[in-house]
Amino acid sequence: MSGTSGGEVSIRDLSKSFSIGGRSLAVLRTLNLDIRSGECLVIVGASGSGKTTLLRILAGLEAADSGGVAIDGKPVHGVGAERAVIFQEPRLLPWLTVLGNVAFGLEVRGVPKAEAEERARFYIALVGLAEFGDAFPRQLSGGMAQRVGIARALTVQPEILLLDEPLGALDAMTKIGMQEELARIWSEENVTMVMVTHDLEEAIYLADRVLILPKEKGGAARLIDIDLPRPRERSESRFVRYREELLREFGLH
Amino acid sequence: MTLQHIEQAASLGTRDSTTSLGSDFLRLGGRAGIRFLSRYGVLIAFLAMWQVSSSAGWVNTAVLPPIDMIVAALWKGLAGGTLLGDIAISLQRAGLAFAAAVLVAIPLGLFMGQVRAVETALDPILQVFRQTSALALYPVFILLLGLGEASKVFVIFWATLFPLLLNTIGGVKQVDPKLLEMARVYGARQLTVFRRVVLPGAVPSIFVGLRLSATTALLLLIASEMIGANKGIGFQVMNAQYNFQIPLMFAAIVILAGLGLIANQALVSLQRRLCRWSNAVD
Repeated sequence: MSGTSGGEVSIRDLSKSFSIGGRSLAVLRTLNLDIRSGECLVIVGASGSGKTTLLRILAGLEAADSGGVAIDGKPVHGVGAERAVIFQEPRLLPWLTVLGNVAFGLEVRGVPKAEAEERARFYIALVGLAEFGDAFPRQLSGGMAQRVGIARALTVQPEILLLDEPLGALDAMTKIGMQEELARIWSEENVTMVMVTHDLEEAIYLADRVLILPKEKGGAARLIDIDLPRPRERSESRFVRYREELLREFGLH
Repeated sequence: MTLQHIEQAASLGTRDSTTSLGSDFLRLGGRAGIRFLSRYGVLIAFLAMWQVSSSAGWVNTAVLPPIDMIVAALWKGLAGGTLLGDIAISLQRAGLAFAAAVLVAIPLGLFMGQVRAVETALDPILQVFRQTSALALYPVFILLLGLGEASKVFVIFWATLFPLLLNTIGGVKQVDPKLLEMARVYGARQLTVFRRVVLPGAVPSIFVGLRLSATTALLLLIASEMIGANKGIGFQVMNAQYNFQIPLMFAAIVILAGLGLIANQALVSLQRRLCRWSNAVD
């Protein structure tokens, strides 16, 4: 859709540190990375490696200490209409129906209600919830609620979709179904997808490239190309080999 | 409710002709009866006990007259119109004060909940005011405003203001910051975030305040009408007691209880309508 040409991200010398108990703790150290238009980049790393921080900087919710991010050549300052974020929690407004929630993103951007709802209906159907437009969030299961959150992000037709452990709170069965759903949506919508996860199998299933953030000081970020045909088969030998390679990166294998 | 059950029974009876209409009536009637009894049984038993012990002379009937005498006095007062004037003036006092409290507390509370500096500056004085009993301040209001309507309305206003104000502030402050961030990600400006996220999120808490304030309004109404009034339900309670018209006194008390129930019920149904999304309405 709108992401056919744009959605190129370049990260230059990006550094960010937090001060915890008076001590400065660097989470990102002069990171350089180019994310291609339309690719699916998955960020993994031990907790504390700054993967969520990186995503929040890309979203414009946090500012870098030094260095910066540019999207299609334009430097990023704050949130922008070309990006949408899917959080770990669905973050639905409990007083709006599914339709109201999905249309919300467009409505706050000034799109007339009728038009916003029409587009919202399309994406509600895309995530398989066509029958649930009038339901309230409290009536939905965790997986359904997260689908609503995904539909809301897609409705604003972003060039870049930023996902912060979007399936982290779901049970194992729902999770696998949702991974397939995300792979399908990504291939249909032609959007640049940047996703944080702690699930290595999820990373291999979805990613064109996996970015591994180092935990220890002085370590370098590593990029691994996942060269597998889609749709991917989790039990396939090459899939398993990628999994072993990633586990080795974490020193677990 | 009963009509609905009869309709249900009738439609069941026509659908299944092998069951007799009569037994359906009995079964459904019995079920409805049990539901009714489990909810109102204790209340009915209480009233029955009162009636029996009073008419049998187990208690002093001069102090606790039987229910039928209270109902008779209530009917006479309402049909004869003497109590209607009292109800009208009481509703006017409580209504004015409550409306003024709503108009002041909700906008002020929304503002204070949003702007931390204002809340920080006003919180200590609010806590002091809140902890000072409105009844203790009533003599002060009488000195300032005289013994007429103004001081009565003002003392009710004063007492109803704080529950509503504090609950509104609380409602705004407890809105999930994750929802605020979500709205920001979609580019919502401050006013949009307030209108679409903060305000609806605060509504349930505002209703808690409204219901507390309505109860407080009736409480203070009675107290204020017991001092220097010559009309009103609270005045009637005191006046009937002075003149030893005990059934009339109880009739006035019954009216007060009724007003309280109606006010609460009205707020509950308004809350149900506005907060269909939450099932937290008790």
